[in-house]
This record gives sequence, C-alpha cells and structure tokens, in this order.
Amino acid sequence: MLNLSLKQLSQQLREKAFSSEELTRFFLDRIKKHNDRLNAFITINEEESLSMAKKADITIANGNQSLFTGIPIAQKDIFCAEGWRTTCGSKMLENFVAPYNATVIQNFNDAGAINLGKTNMDEFAMGSSNETSYFGAVKNPWNLEYVPGGSSGGSASAVAARLAPAATGTDTGGSIRQPASLCGFTGLKPTYGLVSRYGMIAFASSLDQAGPMAPSAEDCAMMLNVMASHDIKDSTSLPHPKEDYMTSLGDSIDGLRIGIPKEFFGEGLDSEVQKIIEGAILEYQKMGAEIVDISLPNSELAIPVYYVIAPAEASSNLSRYDGVRYGYRTKEYDDLMDMYFKTRQEGFGDEVKRRILIGTYVLSAGYYDAYYLKAQKIRQLISNDFAQAFQKCDVIMGPSAPSAAFKAGEKKEDPLAMYLQDIYTISTNLAGLPAMSIPAGFTKDLPVGLQLIGNYFSEGHLLNVAHQFQLSTEWHRKIPKEID
Amino acid sequence: MTISQEDIKKIAHLARINISSDESILLEKKLTGIMELIDQMQKVDTDGVEPMSHALNISQPLRADQVTESDIRKKTMPLAPETQESLFIVPQVIE
Repeated sequence: MLNLSLKQLSQQLREKAFSSEELTRFFLDRIKKHNDRLNAFITINEEESLSMAKKADITIANGNQSLFTGIPIAQKDIFCAEGWRTTCGSKMLENFVAPYNATVIQNFNDAGAINLGKTNMDEFAMGSSNETSYFGAVKNPWNLEYVPGGSSGGSASAVAARLAPAATGTDTGGSIRQPASLCGFTGLKPTYGLVSRYGMIAFASSLDQAGPMAPSAEDCAMMLNVMASHDIKDSTSLPHPKEDYMTSLGDSIDGLRIGIPKEFFGEGLDSEVQKIIEGAILEYQKMGAEIVDISLPNSELAIPVYYVIAPAEASSNLSRYDGVRYGYRTKEYDDLMDMYFKTRQEGFGDEVKRRILIGTYVLSAGYYDAYYLKAQKIRQLISNDFAQAFQKCDVIMGPSAPSAAFKAGEKKEDPLAMYLQDIYTISTNLAGLPAMSIPAGFTKDLPVGLQLIGNYFSEGHLLNVAHQFQLSTEWHRKIPKEID
Repeated sequence: MTISQEDIKKIAHLARINISSDESILLEKKLTGIMELIDQMQKVDTDGVEPMSHALNISQPLRADQVTESDIRKKTMPLAPETQESLFIVPQVIE
C-alpha cells in the first residue's frame, strides 16, 4: 500500500485487494510510528477516520463507489472540517473545532475520501520552513535536521514519508511548491479562483489558493478533479467549466515550447540546483521540446510587492481574532481594549505579529498610495510580463526554490533571508497563474524541484507536461531511507 | 523607510497588539529591514499603470439575498470564550 498511486489504490479498493478500513489503518499506524519524529500532524482522529473508512467500504460493497471512495487524504490544518479541531498552526485557534466544512473538505467527503488527519503548518501559513507553527517545527524526512519548507510543511513531510498517500496544501507565495521541492514530490498551485477558498482560513485573500500535494502529477490530476469547483460561497471562485484533468495525461509534448526566464538563473541560485534544473530541461529537449529564451523583467520586484500586498491583506483578515466570538481570549484584563491587546499579544506568534504590523503600517493614513497602490500597479507589470512571455512559449520552467532544504534554525531569526526562499514562486501568485513543482534530482541527498508555470486554466496541459517527465524519470518515486 | 519606536507604538495600537518594550526594540531592526526591502518598489515608474486587484479582472458576482443556512447558533455559540444564552460576553463598554 505504501507505494501505490492514487489510481492504483482506487483500483485495488474496487477489486477488494484490501478494504478502506485496512488502508486507513495502515496509514494511521505509520503516522503513530513516525509522527513523534516528524511532527507532520497536529490532529489525528482515529475513530472518525476509521468510521469514514467503514462507510466507504459499504459504498464499495454496494458498487456505488467513485474514483476516490475509501482513499485517505491528509488535510492541511487551514481547512475547516466539521467536528475536527482546526488550528491554522496558531495558539489563537488551539481549541477551535470547526462548525462547518470548507468546500475543499466537502468535495473530498462527497467523493468518498477519508480524512486522515490535520497537518502541521506555519502559523496562519506565514513562513517557508514550518518553524513558526505554535505546535512545533516539522522535520524533513530526507534529513531530520533540515526543514521541510513551508507553509504546507506538515503535508509535505507526510507525503514525503508516505504517512499519507496524498495531502492538500495552500499556496499564497509558494507554500505548496517550495515544500514540494524541498521534500521531493509533486505539488500544484492552480489558477487563482479554480479551487474554492470557502472555509480555508484566510491569509492574503487575493493570493491564497489551495492545491494538491502528492508523489506524482497523475495523483495531483486525480485530486484536482475533486478539489476544483465553482462555489457561490466564495465570491472569487471562477465559473470555469468542470474539467477532467486525467484525460490530457497521454498527450504528446513534441514541439512543446519551453520558456526559460533569464531572471530565474541569476545571482542567489545554488549552483548544484542550477545544474539539476538544466539537466531536467535537457530531458525535455530529448522528448522533443524546444527552448525559448524569455525575460520576466519585473520579477525581481515580486518579493517587495508581495510583502506589501500579503501583509496588508493579512492585517485586515486577522483582525477577526479579537477573543470575542471564537478562539483564544486572554485570562486577565481590565476592559475591552485591554482584552483585545492582550489576547492578540498572547495568541499570535512573532512572524504573524510582524506581518500584521507591516500590513497595518502600509495601509495606515498617508501611506496607502506609496505602498499598497504602488504594489498593485507593479503587480500589473509583473502580470504583463507573463502575458508577453506566453506569446512565445507554452510553459515556463525554472527552479522552484533557490536551494535544497536548509538546516532548522538557520534562517529562523532572519525574516529577509527566509523571504528569499519564495523568490521564484511569488510572481505566479501575484499574476494568479497555475504552477507546479516536480522532483528533478538530488543534491547532497536532498531533493530539488523543477518549477513549471502555465497560462491561466492550463492545469490539464501543465499536469501532462509534468507527467511526461515522470514517465521517463524516477525522482518522484524515491522514498527517504530514514523512514522505512 | 526607517521604522522608529514611535511608529511601532502607533501601528501596534492600530493593530490592537500589546508590544513589550523588549519586543519593540527587536522589532525596530526587523521591521526597518522589511521596509527597506519594500522600498525597492519606489524605483519603478508606474505612471499610467492601472492597479491590479484580481488576476483575471472578473466583476463581483451577485446572488439573490436568500437564507441558505438554517439557525447555526447551537453550533457556533459554544466556540466563544464567554457567552450567556445567545449573547457574547465582553467587558463593559458603556458606563
């Protein structure tokens, strides 16, 4: 069961090679065995998971199953799941039991999937190393001294160590792709608006997007089929017709035009990572792809623009944590103001506070035009760069992250160094484009990811481009030795 | 842009977060560093560029103003730190 793809799991469940209960128990046992070391999960609810599995087994016995019936999926702890503790990695929501389902959770429930547990994450998804979680840092299964990336680090660690066949993540500036790169599996951030944000705890609303994290592109395609849906409960959800992302997986990529942005191969890129990325691109050329040199001249501004827009939106979104309607409330206070101030001082961690303060500053009286408006204008320029590039190529390729995983503690006290982790991923969030990370090799026994960026709604094509690479390579099948 | 102790005091007040004086000293350097990063934006000429708020420039969809959820009070009230019947309890606001 350890190395089966989602499609194979589905097939074997249908053929009754094993039951969903056996499969779910298998992964719950793996979590029990390894989670103490990895800290990938915040909440496990064995009883509930097994109860879901038993129901799935009845559905299968009656022959009413869908492709996902009985398959256990780990859920990032940013998605509200009714009856499940949903913390978003924060003390603020330490005891919050969600009263309703996020649309992503509902879609998986409707498809018959099993909720395997809630995965650890950087607090409110703010971080690139999973060290800001109130529930402790997550470890990279390839080397426990290294970070798994973030913010979807718990999902990443769980998938890499095969504590789950697949997991969900969210990506505001790279939080699916960077951990997928650092932990050696496939992750997809879809077009903004393709997957509903309803019930997904908000960080930066104009950038947040949920997506699949799993060993292969085929697994991700199968998950996206369930995750993508138009949702009237999310006003930014797009009325895009339902697609089957599995159907394009056999298409030829002969003649594919790959755009290589020179800005993604400059200063700051680890030379070993660069070699691996160039090797992967060469592999595509062997498959019949052409290389096109492109330029994304404003991409160096992506980080400054992001650190205006994301904190600004976060400062507004996180104002809801006031200790009144739900969440943490300080124990002793003199009056209402004192209660707000102490609740938020004690409930939020350092990185979250920093971002709220920056966001408050850039939105405060007199600064709006100089910062937020300016950032939105440059965001338009960054988006225009991509539009021009896609006139010359079908897909853009480059590194997902500037280096392989780094040691825990190395960048924890240096926010600026940490922010550079997302230098190649942020611009696609700003433009709202779909992008993936797929395993492309190893440096010093740590995985390296290749990033693929597509045009709006090109997920089917992008997944096939990734799938074709995975048909001729084995990087996505590697499992860390430390975890048997 | 340098962030001063005075700035931190002001924005912490706006954000309703208590910041201790020790924390405030550490924050000064870190927030100034972030603002210096952000200030790289100022070198770009953005005259005549329309600000972008949504990737695909869609308009806000409208829907009928109808009740879709039944009374969910029983589910949501137990999540509050302090309640009385269907009311949230907060410290006295009006004398």
